[in-house]
Amino acid sequence: MSINKDTIKKISKLARISVTNEETDRLEKDLNSIIKFVEQLKELNTDKIAPIASVSDQALTMNKDEIKKINEKEEILKNAPEKNSNYYIVPKVIE
Amino acid sequence: MSDKEFNYYISGETGKWEVVIGLEVHAQVSSNAKLFSTSATKFGSEPNSQVSLIDAAMPGMLPVINKFCVEQAVRTGLGLKAKINLLSVFDRKNYFYADLPQGYQISQFKHPIVGEGEVILDMPYGTKKIGIERLHLEQDAGKSLHDQDPTKTFIDLNRSGVALMEIVSKPDLRSPEEVAEYIKKLRSIMRYLGTCDGNMEEGSLRADVNVSVRKIGSKDFGTRCEIKNVNSIKFMQQAIQFEAKRQVDLLEEGKKIDQETRLFDTKKNETRQMRSKEDAHDYRYFPDPDLPPLKFDQSFVDEIKQKLPELPDDKKERLIKDYKLSSYEAGVLISDKDTSDYFEDIAKNSDVKLAINWVIGDLFAALNKIGKSIKESPISSKNLAKLIDLIKNNTISGRIAKEVFELMINDNRDPKVIVEEKGLIQESNVGELEKIIEKVLKDNTDKVAEYKSGKDKLFGFFVGSVIKESKGKANPALVNDILKKKLS
Repeated sequence: MSINKDTIKKISKLARISVTNEETDRLEKDLNSIIKFVEQLKELNTDKIAPIASVSDQALTMNKDEIKKINEKEEILKNAPEKNSNYYIVPKVIE
Repeated sequence: MSDKEFNYYISGETGKWEVVIGLEVHAQVSSNAKLFSTSATKFGSEPNSQVSLIDAAMPGMLPVINKFCVEQAVRTGLGLKAKINLLSVFDRKNYFYADLPQGYQISQFKHPIVGEGEVILDMPYGTKKIGIERLHLEQDAGKSLHDQDPTKTFIDLNRSGVALMEIVSKPDLRSPEEVAEYIKKLRSIMRYLGTCDGNMEEGSLRADVNVSVRKIGSKDFGTRCEIKNVNSIKFMQQAIQFEAKRQVDLLEEGKKIDQETRLFDTKKNETRQMRSKEDAHDYRYFPDPDLPPLKFDQSFVDEIKQKLPELPDDKKERLIKDYKLSSYEAGVLISDKDTSDYFEDIAKNSDVKLAINWVIGDLFAALNKIGKSIKESPISSKNLAKLIDLIKNNTISGRIAKEVFELMINDNRDPKVIVEEKGLIQESNVGELEKIIEKVLKDNTDKVAEYKSGKDKLFGFFVGSVIKESKGKANPALVNDILKKKLS
């Protein structure tokens, strides 16, 4: 498997991150070398091994159904570039 | 064709078409806290007042799953007679949207917590089994308000991270009516279980509707379209009617159906394309590295199973058996747990036939008129039982009972008190009744003569007059008996 410029453009669009042509060149090289490195795993025969979702043997720990009000809206909204009447404000997005 | 037979087909120019529908229902878990955070889930709170650093997707925050939500998913799965998976996996479903701060929704893709199950529908043409494909847990997104400003969208993250159960049906539904029954049944099962309040106005229950059409007799499925996020049964039915017709028209013109996502415009009563093909979502699912697999053992499931309440189907069967109800009567009662509880409160110790007639007759009509649910009924089951007992032991007639019932609607007073206060106790003293009857016969000697010469129909007139003379208090059965003797 290898990654070309179109794939990079597609991924950047999906993630809404703009990438310049210069960056695309660099990313293409970097990503391909990462993929080549990971592809070494293909040398192993895994035909008879069930896929796993996690390498640790741990299972999920669970919380009780209790409300703990740790953060107030002022603190949450402090990070918003724009806000109005306790709402986050973003450029208009309609699907 | 009678409605005892299934007959929902779209008639086109080339013949009849069958509609194939599958639903993805999103049901909000009735939990206090969110699926992976300890923020509250309360509906209608001040914007962004129930948002933790996890819900706002601040870097470095780690999700911890809410055990109660896991239990409710298992409970619901058991209610759907479904296979419970002791191992399931949470995946990231990646997409970019302003009300999804993580940039992905935590959902379950390959390994859901609940597998195949079923829901039984009671249709006029018989029972029908609808297959359940799966049920999985996932996070809800925040809420976007697009109508506050011409160039801006307002975002409220209170709903962000709330636990949803996505319940996916098999493509077994064939008409808008079946869809309505399916949603009602699913909602009723979840309400019995207490896992989801099913409140569609507040968005606790909504559905994506998959619709395709095919010629009658065809075994292959047509290309389907998905209508997103429909939040009422009526809209689901309208959307299906429109969408099926649209697809039939296209196919008959020799065109192809594009598999696409559509939205239902409730004002124009039409579906339309949501996004073009090149913008189609590419979710790039992968297991969430923050969350190891969800594992529990069979004893966890068994413990939940032991605590399951009686479910609608079982209750229906029991009501028919215990109270000798018709399938229809039992069906009406079980559709809402509060209704069947109310009925059973009365029927346990009072006359069953009167109980069913008063509950699904007069009480339903009265509640409908004042726009209240049975839970908010101004007449308690205890007082309606007393009213029924008064009829049963001949203290009052059915006619007087309706008068008393009208008074009870206003103040939920004890019917015994009303009856005594207003002097409405039924007159069953033969001597007293004879006096009234004699007076009526004396006042109507001409009619008596007519009756005796063969005009039998006048008997009803005499009964009516006696009851009227007694101000409605005369025991109608006794009046009948005495009149028959006097007139013979």
